[in-house]
Parts: sequence; structure tokens; C-alpha cells
Amino acid sequence: MNVVFYLLAALTIAGGLAAMLLKHLIHAALAVTVAFAGLALLFLQLDAQFAGFAQILVYIGAVAILIVFAILLTHGAELPRGGVFSGTWFVGLAIAAGVFAVLGWAVLQSVHALPQQTAAPAVTVHDIGNALVGSYVLPLEIVALLLTAATIGAVIVAMHEKAGQK
Amino acid sequence: MRRELRTWNLTEGPLLGEGIIRGLAETAKNFAGSFVSAERLTTVEYPEQRIPTAENARVFPFLVYDGSNWEAGMRCVACQICEKECPPKCIYIEKSKDKKPDYVGKAQFYPTRFDIDISVCMSCQICVEVCPFEAIKMDTQFELATDDRFGGLLLDRRELAKSNEYYHSIHPTEASEVDARLADEKAKVEARAKAAADAAAAKPAVPAATAHVPEKPAEGGD
Amino acid sequence: MSATSFFSRLDQIFVLLRNWLVGFLPPTMRPAAGVVLAVMAIVCVFPGLFALTTVFERKGLGRMQNRLGPNRVGPFGFFQPVADGIKSLTKEDIVPISADGLVHFLAPLVLVVTVFMGFAVLPMGRNMVLVDMDAGVLFFFAMGAATEISVFMAGWSSRNKYSLLGAMRAIAQMISYEVVLLLSTVSVVMIAGSLSLPKIIDAQNQYSWGLPHWYIFTPWGLGAFIMYAIAATAETNRSPFDLPEGESELVAGYHTEYSGFKFALFFLGEYLAMFSISGMGTTLFLGGWSAPLAALNWIPSWIWFFGKVMMSIFVFIWMRGTLPRLRQDQLMNFAWKFVLPFTLLNLLVTALWRFLGEGWQRWVLCTLILAAAYVLMGRAGLYRKHIGPRSYRYAE
Repeated sequence: MNVVFYLLAALTIAGGLAAMLLKHLIHAALAVTVAFAGLALLFLQLDAQFAGFAQILVYIGAVAILIVFAILLTHGAELPRGGVFSGTWFVGLAIAAGVFAVLGWAVLQSVHALPQQTAAPAVTVHDIGNALVGSYVLPLEIVALLLTAATIGAVIVAMHEKAGQK
Repeated sequence: MRRELRTWNLTEGPLLGEGIIRGLAETAKNFAGSFVSAERLTTVEYPEQRIPTAENARVFPFLVYDGSNWEAGMRCVACQICEKECPPKCIYIEKSKDKKPDYVGKAQFYPTRFDIDISVCMSCQICVEVCPFEAIKMDTQFELATDDRFGGLLLDRRELAKSNEYYHSIHPTEASEVDARLADEKAKVEARAKAAADAAAAKPAVPAATAHVPEKPAEGGD
Repeated sequence: MSATSFFSRLDQIFVLLRNWLVGFLPPTMRPAAGVVLAVMAIVCVFPGLFALTTVFERKGLGRMQNRLGPNRVGPFGFFQPVADGIKSLTKEDIVPISADGLVHFLAPLVLVVTVFMGFAVLPMGRNMVLVDMDAGVLFFFAMGAATEISVFMAGWSSRNKYSLLGAMRAIAQMISYEVVLLLSTVSVVMIAGSLSLPKIIDAQNQYSWGLPHWYIFTPWGLGAFIMYAIAATAETNRSPFDLPEGESELVAGYHTEYSGFKFALFFLGEYLAMFSISGMGTTLFLGGWSAPLAALNWIPSWIWFFGKVMMSIFVFIWMRGTLPRLRQDQLMNFAWKFVLPFTLLNLLVTALWRFLGEGWQRWVLCTLILAAAYVLMGRAGLYRKHIGPRSYRYAE
């Protein structure tokens, strides 16, 4: 059990590191996809089937494709002249360390808050569905509204581009 | 461009997918029919099955000979008209020094060499059209592939010579017409010779020393 | 042995075979060994079916085009896949010098791996599903989405304009039709009440007056099935949606630069995707392994499943032999301006079906709504030239 977790964690971290360190942007995008896959496997290892498969479907099947399309359509695949490391890297490091500290504190606090259980509760898709339209219906509707706004915004931006070209 | 929809546009017109269904029906008919009818399966599995060639099919020329001896009976008299008329110049003829008698008995030259390069020949049939002696005709054999790339497609007179019976078998109507014409010619020549002989016999006691001895056709050369 | 018990044992013959084989091992290793055996069976059976399908396709297409298919290798040409396999194995594996080596190598692997994973949730007979996942449908479509990455990898790593164009077109097409695929599946999930495939089959495995409760026999099910079939044809890059790999358009699209065995892997991946999406379609709409009439239940369930899958494959081949290729913009217009709105409407009609409750009213109402929508939307789209045959403008 633990071995599997460490392997998957190593895979995810390797993917993330590769995404950061690789020179070629498309290679970095594919490494990010590996990191997403690692995350999905971690979800599956925790018996969160729905979350794991949704991660694959959405992140690998859509977000990764979006990233590579964006790279391709904006000529981002050419190697940058000045190298991949920016001059202000220590500021980025400080911010990342701060975010990591906050997240770590939140996770450690929640470990104390949850009761000690030997086995994770089996959450079926049925339960998730019930929760989504039961107690979490307001966040669901807000997310739906957000997605609709994003879609309409994308359509308007595209239409304006067409009108601008005419 | 945006076209405004009227109600009647929605109530008439083709249904989406109509053409697709019709197309699917046609291919289904093809599929099912190919097992039962020849009209829906037009493949001929060559070389196990062959379609017989038409009578006036033509591929490459061949030389006709009468009788059983191809050298003696060859109709070609090496007039070289076909060699001159051939557009890609694929015929090569060498004339003989001596003569041999032809089908009416007249002594004619003959070709000691008659080569046709069938990799060059374009089957235009001009050589057949211009030959005055019905000596060269079009063959119908097309399975002539060879692996000898240097001389395999250069046919000499031995390979080109084929009998009149063969000519009858591949182009029966043409061969019968040709034979009829040649027989007519021969009959005319013989009639003239006979008339000349009769006229000579009718003249009494002409001294033989000064008289022209007419060239009597020897009944040979067949 | 009575007839019913004989046929029920025939029905479960593969399960019994696996249990017998696994019985030779100690009890701790049995589950894992069972899974390994089942995986081996899938890995052997479906590529074998793939080989058979290539021959059937070429012969079927030939007959549809008034000619014979391959008939020289083996009896009636049925050893042709052996010849094709030997050919692809012995061809030189050419990798362009400027191609990205690792990505170029991994693309066919990723494709085949993700497509094989999709077979894990298909119930191929009674008790014959490899993993009975709670979220089986979601897993299947997650694997389908992951194949798009491999298409992109193949197209981009070849450093070839045509490959890249083909890959981008293929991905655009796959993403558009994936939405349709998922929405038509949601209708089924709504009525069956579960994402687990064996439960969806159980919901359809009932008979009224001898006729089955397959979802295709309901108005919303028929609409969803037709949209699913169109989307499935587009997802697997099959004619008439095969522009990304059309030989006359883009050489071979995203697998231009692949030769030998890697090309065979792409080919295998495409056909396996066809099998798996047909398998999913039969499970969702055609009742999976259940028999069409209650009287025919004695025929083993796996025969019904594979029979239905092969019927779907035949329909794929039939469409390939009939329809000309769609242009990229025609394809996309069709997806977004006809298929997707119709599928959304179908979803609403499914909800209506559910809430109207049992009775003849829901049949009439749903059929009327869907038929009217099809006719009206079809005619509107044809008139506005969003979909349909192209119009020609000649220079005057």
C-alpha cells in the first residue's frame, strides 16, 4: 500500500519537475500530462473512483489538449532565446514556499480534525450524485453559471475577432 | 449569408439523411447482388478466367506464310514500304540478293532479316495498311512478358512468321477476304498467261530465235 | 444433463474455464491470476477479431464496389491478415531525423494502451466483465479522451506539416464529437440510474411480451443511439469522418511518418477503438449480452455480445463503402449545429420520459417531439446551408 503511494507520488513529482525544468515547451506540456496522470492514479489509490476518472477525462483529455493547442497556435514551441529560467527566480521560490506552507498547514490541521478510521468510507457515484443535487446544489449551480459565462465569453471574443478582421 | 426561414421552408424540402439512406440501399444491393448476379460483380479473375478477345483486336504484327515451309512460303517480298511508313521505326529489313517465286510464281526478293522491336511498336497497324502483298498482319497475343531485357522483345523473322491457318484462326473474316483477293489475283494472272499462251500458240511457225520467250510461271513456290 | 443446464454452462464456459485454471494455484494468488488470465484473453481475442475484421472490411468493401476483395492468400483470402502482419513486421522502421525520438516512439504505445484499457469495463457476457467498476462509463470515456494525447504526440513529433495538420484536425474532431458521445450516454445513465455497465444491462435485460427493454426501442433511445453512432464514427476517425487520415487529403495525416510495426500499431489502435466503442454502444443501447427475444435466451450471452459488435462493425464498413468523405468544416458544422442541439433536446426528452411515468402517453409525446425536432432542425440546417450538400458558385 505505502509502496504504491510512494511510487505514484514520485511519478507525479517527477512529472512536475520535468514540466519545470525541460527546455522544450511541448515536452513540458507532456510532462504536465504525466503529472496529471499521477494525480489521477493517486485518487484511484484512495478509492476515489469518480474523482480519478474525472481527473483523467477532464485534465488529460481536455486541459492538456488545450495547453498543447495554445502552444501550437501561438508559436510558443520555439525555444526561448534567453533560457528557461527567469531572472527573478528567488521571488517565485519564496511565493511557492509560502503557498506550500499554507497548504501543508491546512492538510495537517485537517488530519487532526478527521476521526481515525482504518478504512476509507466507500463513496459511490450514487452518493456523489445525491450530494451534488442535495447539500451542494448551490455550488453546482454557481459552477454551471461560471462555465456558461466562460463559454459565452469565449464565443464573444471569437466573434469580435472575426468582426475586427472584416 | 443568413437566409430568413419561412414556414414553408420547414415543411417542404428534403429530409436530412434521405440521400444517405438511398446510398446505403444502393450499396446493400451491390453487396447482396454480388453473390448472385454477374451484373453486380464484374470482376474477371485473370488469369484463371479470360475474356475472349474481339475479332478485330490487334497487338503486334506478324508475317504470314502460305503452306508448311515458313521460309519458302513467306509472302513478304522485302519492298520495305512498312519499314519506311512505320512511325516509331521499329521494323528493320535486310533484302536478299537472290529471288524466289511468290504465290503467282513470279520471282521476288525476300527478307533475309526482318526484325520488329515490339517494345517500340505502338500497334498503329500502318504497316498492315500499306503492305501491298498482304504479308504482314496484326496478331492478338498480348502475354509476351519476358525477363530478357536486352533481346527478349526484339522478334526476328523466324518468331514473326506464322502460318495462314493461324491467321484464319485469329481473324477469320479478314483472312477469308485476303485469301479471296489473292485467289482472284492469281486467277487473273493465270488467265492472262493462258491468253498469252493461246495467242502465242495461235501464231503459226514464228521463228523461235527472235521471239520473246514469255516468262512462264512455274507451278511451284507453294 | 438437461438442455437448460447445458446451455447455461455453455453460457458461462469462459468463467468456468478460468476458475478451473486458477484452481491450480494457491488461494492467495487466485484473484490476481484470474485477472491476468482475463486480460490475456482480451489481448488475444480482440486483436484476432481485428485481423478478421480487416479481411471482412476489404472483402465487404469490394463486394459493395462490384469487385472481389483479396482472394489469393488462403481460402477466399482469409489469410490476408497474416500476409499483412508479416509485411508490417518486416518493413524498415523509418524515423525522420528531425523527429522527436522519444515522443515519436511513445505515441503508438500510448494509443494502444489506452484503447486496451477501455475493454476492461465492457461486459462481454453474463458475469464476464473484467472489472465491475462503479463508474464504468466514466472510466471508458476517460480512456477515450486519453487517446487524443497520443494523436497529438504522433502528429507533432513527426515534424511534418501534414502530420501536424492532420493531428490538429483529428483532435478538433474528436473533442467536438466527444461532447455528443457523452451527452447521449447521459440519457442512458439517467434512465438506468447507474454508471456501472453490468447494472445498465440488467436494466435492459427484461422482457415484455417477449420483446426486450433495450433502450434503442424507445424514442429517446433511438435518437441517442443515432447520435452516438455518428459520434462514434467521428471519434474513431472512420469514414465519412476520416479526413485526418484521408489518403488523398493529407497523405496519411498524423501517422504519415510511421512505417512498419508502429503503423500497424496505429491501425490496430483504430480498429480496437472501433470495437470498444461498438461494445459500449451495444451495452448502452442494444442490451449488451441479452438476447433480442426472451425465447432465445438459450444462446450463450457472449455470442449475442460479439454478434452485436460485429453487426455494428458491419454497419461501419457499410457506411465507409457508401459515403464520401466530409470536409473538415462540414464535419464541425454538423457536430455543433445539428448533432449537439439534437442531443441536448434528446436529453430533455429523456427527462420528460422519466417524469411522465409509465403509459402510452410518454411514447407518443416523446416520439412526436423528437421526430418534429429532427425534421425541423434538419430542414433548417439544410436551408441555411449549415449542413448538407455543398453549393457551387461559378465564376461568371
